[in-house]
Amino acid sequence: MTETIPYDDLLTRYEPVLGLEVHVELNTNSKMFCGCPTTFGGDPNTQVCPVCLGLPGSLPVINGKAVESAIRIGLALNCRIAQWCRMARKNYFYPDMTKNFQTSQYDEPIAFDGWVDVEVDGETYRVEIERAHMEEDAGKALHMGGATGRIHGADYSLIDYNRAGVPLIEIVTRPVRGAGAKAPEVARAYVAHLRDLLRALGVSDVRMEQGSLRCDANVSLMPIGSDVLGTRTETKNVNSLRSVERAIRYEMTRQAAILDGGARVKQETRHFHESDGTTSPGRSKEEAEDYRYFAEPDLMPIAPSREWVEELRATLPEPPAEHRRRLQTDWGFSDIDFGSIVSSGALGLVEATVAAGATPAAARKWWVTELARRANEAGVELDELPITPAQVAAVQGLVDAGKVNDKLARQVIEGVLAGEGEPAAVVAARGLAVVSDEGALTVAVDEVIAANPDVAAKIRDGKVAAAGALIGQVMKAMKGQADAGKVREMILAKLT
Amino acid sequence: MGITADDVARLGALARIRLTEQECHDLAPELNVILDSVRSVSEVAGPDVPMATHAIPLTNVFRDDVVTPSLTQDQALSGAPDQEDGRFRVPQILGEE
Amino acid sequence: MDPLLTKPAHELAALMADGALTSEDLTRACLARIEELNPTLNVFLSVDAEAALEAARGIDARRAAGEQLGPLAGIPVGVKDNFCTTDHPTTCGSRMLDGWIPPYDATVVARLRDAGLVIVGKTNMDEFAMGSSTETSFFGPTRNPWDPDRIPGGSGGGSAAAVASFMVPLAVGSDTGGSIRQPGSVTGTVGVKPTYGGVSRYGLVAMASSLDQPGPCARTALDAALLQQVIGGYDGHDSASINRPVADLAAAATAQDLAGLRVGVVTELGGEGYEPDVLARFTEAVDLLRAAGAEVVEVSCPAFRYALPAYYLIQPAELSSNLARFDGMRYGLRAGDDGVRSAEEVMNLTRDEGFGKEAKRRIIIGTYALSAGYYDAYYGSAQKVRSLIQADFDRAFESCDVLVSPTTPTVAFRIGERTADPMAMYMADLCTIPSNMAGNASASFPAGLSSDGLPVGLQVMAPPMEDARLYRVGGVVERALDERWGGPLLARLADKEIAR
Repeated sequence: MTETIPYDDLLTRYEPVLGLEVHVELNTNSKMFCGCPTTFGGDPNTQVCPVCLGLPGSLPVINGKAVESAIRIGLALNCRIAQWCRMARKNYFYPDMTKNFQTSQYDEPIAFDGWVDVEVDGETYRVEIERAHMEEDAGKALHMGGATGRIHGADYSLIDYNRAGVPLIEIVTRPVRGAGAKAPEVARAYVAHLRDLLRALGVSDVRMEQGSLRCDANVSLMPIGSDVLGTRTETKNVNSLRSVERAIRYEMTRQAAILDGGARVKQETRHFHESDGTTSPGRSKEEAEDYRYFAEPDLMPIAPSREWVEELRATLPEPPAEHRRRLQTDWGFSDIDFGSIVSSGALGLVEATVAAGATPAAARKWWVTELARRANEAGVELDELPITPAQVAAVQGLVDAGKVNDKLARQVIEGVLAGEGEPAAVVAARGLAVVSDEGALTVAVDEVIAANPDVAAKIRDGKVAAAGALIGQVMKAMKGQADAGKVREMILAKLT
Repeated sequence: MGITADDVARLGALARIRLTEQECHDLAPELNVILDSVRSVSEVAGPDVPMATHAIPLTNVFRDDVVTPSLTQDQALSGAPDQEDGRFRVPQILGEE
Repeated sequence: MDPLLTKPAHELAALMADGALTSEDLTRACLARIEELNPTLNVFLSVDAEAALEAARGIDARRAAGEQLGPLAGIPVGVKDNFCTTDHPTTCGSRMLDGWIPPYDATVVARLRDAGLVIVGKTNMDEFAMGSSTETSFFGPTRNPWDPDRIPGGSGGGSAAAVASFMVPLAVGSDTGGSIRQPGSVTGTVGVKPTYGGVSRYGLVAMASSLDQPGPCARTALDAALLQQVIGGYDGHDSASINRPVADLAAAATAQDLAGLRVGVVTELGGEGYEPDVLARFTEAVDLLRAAGAEVVEVSCPAFRYALPAYYLIQPAELSSNLARFDGMRYGLRAGDDGVRSAEEVMNLTRDEGFGKEAKRRIIIGTYALSAGYYDAYYGSAQKVRSLIQADFDRAFESCDVLVSPTTPTVAFRIGERTADPMAMYMADLCTIPSNMAGNASASFPAGLSSDGLPVGLQVMAPPMEDARLYRVGGVVERALDERWGGPLLARLADKEIAR
C-alpha cells in the first residue's frame, strides 16, 4: 500500500510545482501528412495508406489546414509564432508507431512564449505557455490474452493504425508555481480553459473521453523556503477534468510521504487509475531516452508570412473574459443564472446549443439541471455525456412544437444518452409522442370528470385551481403522453 | 577516445539490433576508422557557417485538407507477418500502457 | 544476340512508330537476352515475362488503334528493386524485404506505365542502396558484363549492367552518393542524377532522404534525356519536388556543339589516388570538349575535400532513422517470434537477421552521429559542411556553365577486393558525392576504355535545374567518341561472349 499524507498537512511544508502537457487532436478532414480521413470509430486499418502506415518509399506532405490550426491555437494562447521552423524526427521504437519515429517538432516549435489566465474561486492565475508544436498521433494497440487485458501479462497485441498520423498539437506549460493548495484546481481550470478555447476556435472535438484532448501532468514538490525544484513524475493520459485534479492531488500526497520519509522521489512515468484515484509507476525514466532528434529531411521548412499570421489572428474568437461578458448580456441572464452555467462547466455547451436553435433559457435549463444531474450520477464531466448540443436543441425543438412535454423530453434525453439515436428516432422507437388525437383525450377527460363529480363541482364554482387534480388523473390515464396544457384547456372548457 | 565495444552495444540497443559481444568487438575498430576519417568535419564547421538548404529552397509545401482514398484493409495487411480481426498481430509489448 | 537489342531506345521507338517493329517482339528479344545472361550476371532479381508481354501487346494494340503514344511507348525497361511496384516484389536487395509486394506503385513506376514503357523486372542492388559494388545484396553480387569477375558499380549495379549487357535499352536507378553515375562509369553507360527534387522520390525506398534522387540509366545521352522527361517533373507526393516544367532535355542531347560553353575542371577531383588511365581518358574527354567549342578553365572547390566525410555522417544518420521502420511488425521479415518473446526482442532479432553487415555498420554509425552529445560534432557539423560545398558550387558556377571530373577514381575493381575495407569502398564515390550534398544535377557519360579494356566515365555537373546542360555536353562527347572509335563503345561488348 502506497503511503500518502493528508493534503492540508503537506501544504505546510511543500510547494507544488506543476507542468502540464496537453495533446489536442485536430479535427481536420484528413491526417497530418496524408489524405486519410481522421474520423473516429472506423473499422480497423481502413483509414490507412502507404504514408500513415509508414510503408517503405512513402513520403509525408504537410496538411496546410493543420498548420493554420496550429497558428490559430498559438495566437489564442498569446504565443509568438515562429517565422521559420521545421518538423523533426523523434526516434524511438514502439509498435504503435509505423515508422519508429514520430514526426514532431523539436527546438523550432511553431508557437512559443505564451500565456493564459485562468480563474479559480474568483482568483486569477497566469499559466505560462512554453510552446505549442505540431506532431502526429500513433496507432492503437489492443492487448490480448492475459488476465486483465492490460499490457502486463498480455500474450500479444493487435494494432489498428487508423489513428496513426492524425494531427496533434502539443501544448506545454512552463512550471506552474505559487498556486499552493489550489494547484490541482488551477490545473483543472487550465485544462477546462484550453478545452473551451479550442472548442471556440473550432479546431478540435476536444472530447477527453475519446482521447481527442489528453493531458499529461508533471508534478513535483519543493520544500517551502527552498529554490530547488524537486524530482518530478509524469502522470500520463489523464482522461477527464476530474482526473486531472485527482491525479495531481494524489501525486502531491504520495510524493510528500516519500520526502517526509527522507527518501527520493523517483523520476518516472506514472499511470492514473480512475477507479481508486491513485497512480502507479510505468516506465522508469532514470535512464533518459535518447530520441536522436533531427530536422525531418522529407519536409520543407514552414515559414508563415506576417500577412498570413495576421489574417489568422483576425479569425480568432474574442478573448474568454470578454466573450463571457458578451454572452451574459446577449442572453439576459442574471449573475446568478450565468454563474451557474460557468461553474457547471456548461458555457461552451449552452452556447453551442443556442447556436443550434434553442433559446438561452431552454439551453441553460437542460444543461445546468437535467444533464448536470445525469453527469454527476455517472461521475463524468458534462461534455463527456454522449449527447451533443445539437441533439439537446433538437429535444427542445420537439417540446416547442408540442410533440413532447417536459417529462417525455427527459425520457428522450435518456434515450439519446443510452445510445438509441437521434431525438426523433428515440421518440419514434419509444413511442413517446404526446397524444394529439383529440378523440382519445376527450374520452379520458370525460371519464375523469364523471369519476370525480365533487372536484368537477368545485371547478364549476370557480375554483379553477382544483383542475390540477383532474389534470393529473388524465395524464396518468394517458400514461403521460399528453400535453398537460392542452388537458387543462379541455377540462376548463368543459366545466366553465 | 573512440568507440568501445560497450558503446557499440549501447548503440545497438538504441537501434534495436541485437549484436553479439563478438560483433560489438569486431565493429568497434571498424567504426573508429570511419569516425577518424569523418572527424575533420567538425574542424571546418565553425559557428558562422550556416546549415545547408534544399538546392532550390522551398518553404510552406502544404497539401489541401482533402480526404483521398485509403488502402483497403486487405491491402493494408497484405504484408503483415501476422494478423487477426483486421489488425496487425504483434508480440506482447513491454513497457508503458 | 538479336542485333535489334544493340539499337538505342529512340531508334527502337521510331521503328515501332513506323510499324516496323512491335513492342511484343522487342520485349521477347529482351526476355531471351535476360534468360541467356542473367544466370551469369545476376542482374534481375525478378522478371515477369507474361506480364511484360501482356503490357507490350497492350501498347501494340493501342498503337494499332491509332492512339497517339509517348516517345518511349513500348520500350522495355528495368527498374531498380528499391522502387515500389504492385506487380513485382520490392526487396531492396535485402533479406528484410524478401518477397514483399507493395500495395502501391512509386511515382516513377506509375509514370513509366502511363508513358507505355514495359516493365520487365526489378534489378539487383546493394542492400538498401548501401554500397558501390552491388556486393552487399542479400541475393548475391551482380557482375560487370565487361568482365564478370568485376563489380558493376553500386548501388545500382543491376540497372547499369542490364543496360550495358543489352538486356533492356533503359533502366531506372536511384543516386544517393553516386549509385547511378558510378555504375554508369564502370559499365560504359550513361547515368544521370537529376537536380534534387527533379524526379519524385515517392515510392523509392529511402536510404538518405536529403540525398536520394531517382534518375535514368541508358546507353545514349538522348535515351537518358527521353527517359528523364518521362519520369521527371512535379509530384505533389514528394514535398521536395520542384514545381517547374521539365526543360526540353532531348533537344539538348542533340545539340551539335559546345560553342560559348564554359567548362570548369575541378582541381580537387583528380591527381593522387586516381588511376592513370582514368586521368588519361578524362584529359582526352576535356580536349574533346575544347574541340567542340567549349572554353575550359580550372576551378577550385576546396570544401569538396570534406564532402566524403560529411556524407558518411549525414547518409548513415538519415538511413538509421529511415530504416527504423523495418522491425518485423507490419511487413517483411519477422524473426524469433515464438509466442513468448516480447515485441522488443522480436524487433532486435528481426533487425539482426534481416540486415546485412554493411547496413548494420551504417545504422550504428548513424545512431552514433545523432545521439545525445555527438549531434553537434557530427551530424550538425556535416550539415554545415554541406553548405560550404553548396557555396563552392555557387562560386564555380558563377564563372562556369558546367564542371567536369572523372566519375570515379578507378575502373571496375574485382569482386571481393574491397569488401573488407569500408573506407576503400567509400572512396569509389569521392567525385560523385559533392552533387548529392549540394543537390545540383550531375551525370556520367562514357569516356573510353582503360588499357585493360574497362570503361572510364566523365562526370559532368550543372547547377540546380540546369539538367539540360548535362545532356548537351553528354551528347556532344558521345558523338565525338563514336566518330573516333567508329561506333558506340558498347558495340565492342555486343560482339563479346559474356561468360565466367
